[in-house]
Amino acid sequence: MSGKSLFEKVWEDHLVSAETPANPAVLYIDLHLTHEVTTPQAFTLLREQGMPVRRPDLTLATLDHSTPTVPVTGLKDLDVLSEPAQAAQIRQMVQNCEDFGIELHGFGSDQRGIVHVIGPEIGATQPGKTIVCGDSHSSTHGAFGALAFGIGSTEVGHVLATQCLLQRKPKSMAINFNGQLPAGVTAKDIILATIGEIGVDGGTGHVIEYRGNVISGLSMEERMTICNMTIEAGARAGMMAPDDTTVEFLAGRPQAPGGADWEPAVERWLSLPSDDDATFDREIDIDVANLVPMVTFGTNPGMVVPITASVPDSNGDLSFRKALDYMGLEPGQSMQQTSVDVVFVGSCTNSRLPDLRAAARVLKGNKIADSVRMLVVPGSEIIKQQAEAEGLHEIFLAAGAEWREAGCSMCLGMNGDNLLPGQLCVSTSNRNFEGRQGIGGRTVLASPETAAASAINGRITDPRTLL
Amino acid sequence: MEKLTHIHSTTIVLPQTDIDTDQIMPGRFLTSTTREGLSEAIFADWRYDVDGQPLPDFALNQPGAADCQVLVAGNNFGCGSSREHAPWGLVDFGFRAVISTRFADIFSNNSLKNGLVPVVINEDTHNWLLEHPGAMVDIDVAAATLSLPNGVSLNFPLDGFAQHCLLEGLDQLGYLQSKESEISHFEQVRPWKP
Repeated sequence: MSGKSLFEKVWEDHLVSAETPANPAVLYIDLHLTHEVTTPQAFTLLREQGMPVRRPDLTLATLDHSTPTVPVTGLKDLDVLSEPAQAAQIRQMVQNCEDFGIELHGFGSDQRGIVHVIGPEIGATQPGKTIVCGDSHSSTHGAFGALAFGIGSTEVGHVLATQCLLQRKPKSMAINFNGQLPAGVTAKDIILATIGEIGVDGGTGHVIEYRGNVISGLSMEERMTICNMTIEAGARAGMMAPDDTTVEFLAGRPQAPGGADWEPAVERWLSLPSDDDATFDREIDIDVANLVPMVTFGTNPGMVVPITASVPDSNGDLSFRKALDYMGLEPGQSMQQTSVDVVFVGSCTNSRLPDLRAAARVLKGNKIADSVRMLVVPGSEIIKQQAEAEGLHEIFLAAGAEWREAGCSMCLGMNGDNLLPGQLCVSTSNRNFEGRQGIGGRTVLASPETAAASAINGRITDPRTLL
Repeated sequence: MEKLTHIHSTTIVLPQTDIDTDQIMPGRFLTSTTREGLSEAIFADWRYDVDGQPLPDFALNQPGAADCQVLVAGNNFGCGSSREHAPWGLVDFGFRAVISTRFADIFSNNSLKNGLVPVVINEDTHNWLLEHPGAMVDIDVAAATLSLPNGVSLNFPLDGFAQHCLLEGLDQLGYLQSKESEISHFEQVRPWKP
């Protein structure tokens, strides 16, 4: 019998009851992340049926998706700053958390932020946990060796009511990254290239484990960037083996085990990596030695090319042609000749302190082009404070960028930070779908370095030319 | 949830591949705090012009579209965001099944909990359906079969538990609640606590 993979270990550790041909497994959930957009219908169901939240202590709540990224001192500010629907949704979340006894990291809390940023930041995200959220980018938390995946609102109700989910066991896939990562190439470029390689449905039905010497050499923030975009390859979850880097990151965080609990926790975490003889349903090798910065040219994250390349030909594919028409790009056009109207640095993919430092390093001493609007949006209140303590905000402001409050912001057009029709945005977020950043807006996904370099030149720019 | 045993309907075809849930339900409609009334929002950016007027060429704006219960879509339907507002909107419009060659996992899970059947079929059958918009198809949920007017009839994969819930109109929460004593037992005996 072969050994067990990281995924299998975490899966089996959470089986309340195993699956049978007739019934799915009952999987226990250790951490339920919640926010204002995908929970209202679930709380309504609980209210209608007179059910409590079973484990409010395992439920973490924040406000991030529909919050404005200008200062909010209290809920009454929303009447001025937000559309009525957004304001109502935020108020309802505050009320729901009050009614059901859930601690809310809301306005005024220095632990508020994007749900996938604050989970790790406060140490609630830990190796070996099952973590879910009504948000597909829950895959982020897999960077710690947690089994983390997105769910719908009905399932949010299931977890609130029972702390469990009904699940069929997904298949497993290993992606091995080996080779020496060239200078100027980032974790964002690795995951964009990977999605380009396997396609936006390449991971469907699978949990991916990212492996290889490249992964063990990455920081936790870089690992989170990769796991975050796992869903863009269609996979259920992405995971990475916990190691010393993971343990170091978690040490001393408010919700990480402390005192006498620390050593046993670390011992358990470090027993989780896949056994040497573990097998996977599918295995892919990717050599990173020849990678360059990547940018998307179409309307899904799999439509991606090296920044040094030209827009590919559609070869008669109508969906492909439609995507190019939407983006206003022509086959054969050099990516770096594309003008840029807006640059967005932020989102659960790239809004952590090292991401902001990377953008600042490129911007320092430079001005963004007159024609460009640039937003820099920290992922959390804590990151905002840390960035300001380092003076990063002064670099952004001096360059002509906007330095805003924490939130999902321009990653998705539902909080007031929108593109205008026809505008092209180089964005460090995760989705370049039609209209994702605002009706008619065009999104080019890239790393913080590429985003900052493109802001300076007013056209898509290889950051290696400026570093 | 209503029992769903049988679907007999003409089809609407959206041939584009990789239709993501941002297209099915654009983000600006996610401020809704209920499940109802989302039919007007589905495919909004493809369906209406900038003034909110229906675009006559779009499939959902064709005469009779409101009576169609079956959507045929390009490969990998429902990718991207986990928003359940996407299947809520499709169901609110009147759809009871979507046919494609592949569905994104979360969309598929969400759909089955809302009486919307994701029907995965082979490429040949899919191509025939893409070429014959408005075809009258028959979906038997109990047998998990799709029958076309050209005489082709085939099985599609349908998880037995989800199928049972569709046929009986059951909410899956009831099953989870019946496991309460096992859940409590698990919490007590597990070797470590979150």
